[in-house]
Amino acid sequence: MSAIAVARPQVARTSLLRRVASQEALLGIAVIALAIVVGVVNPRFLATRNLSDILLGNAYVGVAAIGMSMVIISGNIDISVGALIGVLATVSGSLAVAGAPIAVAWLAPVVVGIAVMALQGVIVAYLRIPAIVVTLGMLSILKGGLISVTGGKWITDLPEGFHLADIELFDILPMPVLILAIATILAALWMRYSASGRAIYATGGNAEAARLCGVSPQRTVVMVFALHGFFAAIAALLFATQLKVIQSTTPTGLELTIITASVVGGVSILGGVGTVIGATLAAILIAEIASALVFINVSPYWIHALEGVLILATVIADILRRQRRMAGG
Amino acid sequence: MIGAATLSDQPDEAADAARRARPALLEVRDIEKSFPGVRALSDVSFDVAPGEVHALLGENGAGKSTLIKIVSGVYRPDRGAMFVDGRPVDFQLPGDARRAGVATIYQELLLFPELTVAENIFMGHAPRAALGRLDWRAMRARAEDLLASLEIHDLAADRIVGTLTVGNRQRVEILRALSQNARLLIMDEPTAALTEHDVTRLFAIVRLLTSRGVGVIYITHRLDEIFAIADRVTVLRDGVQVGTRRVAQTNAGELVQMMVGRKIDNLFPKISVPVGEPVLEVRDLVRRPTTKGVSLTVRAGEIVGLAGLVGSGRSELAQTVFGVTPAQSGEIRIAGAAAKIDSPGRARALGIAYVPEDRGIQGLVRPMSVLHNFSLAALSSLARAGFIDRAAERRMAEEGVARFSVKTSSLEQVAGRLSGGNQQKIVLGKWLANNPKLLILDEPTRGIDVGAKAEIHRLMGELAGKGLAILMISSELPEVLGMSDRVLVMREGRLVAEFDRARATPEAVGAAMMGGEGETGRAA
Repeated sequence: MSAIAVARPQVARTSLLRRVASQEALLGIAVIALAIVVGVVNPRFLATRNLSDILLGNAYVGVAAIGMSMVIISGNIDISVGALIGVLATVSGSLAVAGAPIAVAWLAPVVVGIAVMALQGVIVAYLRIPAIVVTLGMLSILKGGLISVTGGKWITDLPEGFHLADIELFDILPMPVLILAIATILAALWMRYSASGRAIYATGGNAEAARLCGVSPQRTVVMVFALHGFFAAIAALLFATQLKVIQSTTPTGLELTIITASVVGGVSILGGVGTVIGATLAAILIAEIASALVFINVSPYWIHALEGVLILATVIADILRRQRRMAGG
Repeated sequence: MIGAATLSDQPDEAADAARRARPALLEVRDIEKSFPGVRALSDVSFDVAPGEVHALLGENGAGKSTLIKIVSGVYRPDRGAMFVDGRPVDFQLPGDARRAGVATIYQELLLFPELTVAENIFMGHAPRAALGRLDWRAMRARAEDLLASLEIHDLAADRIVGTLTVGNRQRVEILRALSQNARLLIMDEPTAALTEHDVTRLFAIVRLLTSRGVGVIYITHRLDEIFAIADRVTVLRDGVQVGTRRVAQTNAGELVQMMVGRKIDNLFPKISVPVGEPVLEVRDLVRRPTTKGVSLTVRAGEIVGLAGLVGSGRSELAQTVFGVTPAQSGEIRIAGAAAKIDSPGRARALGIAYVPEDRGIQGLVRPMSVLHNFSLAALSSLARAGFIDRAAERRMAEEGVARFSVKTSSLEQVAGRLSGGNQQKIVLGKWLANNPKLLILDEPTRGIDVGAKAEIHRLMGELAGKGLAILMISSELPEVLGMSDRVLVMREGRLVAEFDRARATPEAVGAAMMGGEGETGRAA
C-alpha cells in the first residue's frame, strides 16, 4: 500500500504536465514542423502570400471551433453549425445587397445565430433531448431551407464596404486573423478565469455534482449554445466576406472540420476537458495540411481522409490517457 | 407464516436425520475470500439441502454478496471447498455453476425488455431446428410448459417483457433458471421491489419449487420473510459467520442481535458539546413516493444519526431538504425562519451543505483539479464581476487541503485520481468552505479505508464542537451509534423511532430498522 501511495504523485505529476503543456504545445510544434518539412519539399509553400492565404481562408473555421469547443466541453455536440454558417452568410449578404446599412448586415447574423443556437440549447437542456439529435434536426432544417429559399443561386454584386475580410490593420494584419486571435485569447481567458467558464467545465465533467454545488447545468448549456451561436455568426461574416460572391452552400463537411479542430485541439469528446487555444491551433494545422497537399502534389481530396485519421488518433489517445488515469486512481 | 407453521410441526431431529442421509445439494466449507485491503469472507461454512430454503441475513457489507458470487462462480474463493451433491467442484466461470444447476436471480433483473417472455426464457439456449435455425414452435411450447409447471396461468409466452410488472418479470427470470435445469436458486433480495400481492405469489412459487426438491438460498433484510419462508438462516457479520439457526428454533430478537451485536469500538470520538438552538426543523415533510410525512429537528452542535435500511427513504429525505427534489408539502425552518427550498442553490444560500452518498456520481467533478473542485460550491462568493479571485480561490483550497489533510501532489492534481478517502475529504472540504450552519452527510465513510474513516469522524466531532448541526445518514450501525447524539430510525418513508444516545442500543435500533419489534418474534 505505501509503495503505491509514494509512486502515485509522481505518475500524476508527469501526466499533469502532459495534460497542460502537451496538446497546445504539441500542436504549435506540429504547425511549425509541417511548414518546415513542406517548405523543404516545395519552397513556394513558405511564401508570405501562401501562409497568409491559409490563415485568411480558414480563420472562420478557427472562430467556429471556439464555440464548438465550449459546446463539447459542456458535454454536448453540435452538427448544425456548418449549415448555420451558410444560412447566416446568406442572411448577411442578402441584407447588404438589398441596401440595408452595412452595420445591419453585419449585426443581423449575430442576432439570428444566437437565437437559433439558444433555441437548440433550450431543447437540449430542458427537454433533455441529446444534442446530437436536436442539432441533426436543425442541420436538415437549415440546409434544406437555405437551398429552397435561395434556389441555389449565388449572391453577387455585394456593396463596397461589406467585405470585412478585406480590411487590413496597419496595412499588414488582415482583419480575419486579428479577429481569430482576439476571439481565441478572450475566450481562453474567460473559460479559464470566469465563474461561468468554470461552470461549463463542471457541467461537462459531472452535471449532477455541478447541480448540487448550485451551478445550473441547464442555464449553463443554454449559455454555451448561445455563445456558440455568437461565434458561428462571426465565422459566417468572415466566410461571407472573404469572396466577392456568397454561395448558398458551405464547404462539404464544414461542421466535421470544426468538430475535428476542437477534438484534435484536446477537447475531450466525453466533456469536461479541453481549451479553446488548442482548438484554434488545430484549425490552423488542418488548414495547413490541406494547403500542403497541393504543394506536394497530392490530391486535396485527401484532406477529409486525413482529418479522419487525425480525429481517430486524438480520440484513441484521449481514451488511452483516461484509462491510464483510471488505473492510476 | 403458513410454511413456517407446517415446518415447526415436524420433529427437527427427523429433519436433520433426513438431511444427513442425503448429500447436500450444495455445501461450502471454510470459505475464505479477500480483496485488496479487505477480508470479505473468512471461515464460512454452510449447506443447502434439496427442498430447503436457507436464508442469508446480514447488514450491508456483511459478505452476503461475496458469498453468493462465489457460489455462482463469479469469484473463486481463496481457500475452502465447495461440493455439489457431495462431489467437490471448482467453478472457474459462472457457466460452470450454471451447468452444475446453480442459478442466481439478481436484484436488477437481467432481462431484455424488447423481447417476449419465451425469448427471454430461452436466451442463449434456445431450441434449434435443422441448419441451426431457431425452433420457434418448440420454444413457445416449452415456455408454456414451464409456465404451467409453476401454475402461472395469467402470463402469455408471447408477451413483451418490457410491458410486464416487476413481479411478472421476476417470474420470467425464475423460469429462465428452471429452463436450464437449475436445482439451486439463489434469490438476492427478491421482494425488494415487489408489492404485497406479488410477494405472496413469489412465496407460493418458492414452496412449489422446494416441494419438487429445488434448494433456495434466500437473501433478505426482512425478518418476517425469513419466518414465513425459510427453514434455516445463516447470519453473516463483517465477513464472518455468526451462526446458523433453524428458523423454528430462533426468534427475531436473537437474529437482530446476531446481525448487529458487535461491540462498538472507540473509533468514534464524539465529544459531548452543549446543544444549541434548532438549526433545522422539519414538519410533516412530504415528497411522494419516498417521503411520507417526516418531522425532525437538528440543533446546533448536535449530530443526529439517521438509520434505516437501504430503500427506507433516508437519502431521498436528505435530497428533499436540500432542494434536489423539492417537498410537495410540509414545512422547513432554518434557524427558526420558515424557508422554501426549491433548488440546491437556494439550500446552499440558506447555509445547508450536503455531501451526497455517491461521491463519484454526485459529489466530485472527476476530470477537474483539486483546486477547482474545492472552489466549485463557492464560485459565486469567489467571483468578482464574473471572474474568479484566484488568490482567494487558492487560499481556500490550500486551507481545505491542510485542514482535511488531503494527500495530493499539488492543487492542480486531477481529483479523480486520488484515493476514495481523499476524494471524500475534498467533497467535505468543498462544502465546509462555505461555512454552513447545517451539514447533511449521506454515508460519509462508505468505501474508504479505516484511517481516512477515523479522520472524517474526528472532523465531524470537531465541527459539531464548533456549533455546526449535522444530520448523518449511515448504514453502518456502529457508526450511527458511535457518532450520534440522537438516533432517528426511518422505515418506508416515515420516522418510526427515536433514541437518545444512552438508549440507542444495537438491538433496539436494529429492531426498529427491520420493523421486527416483537410482532414477528416467535418462540419455537
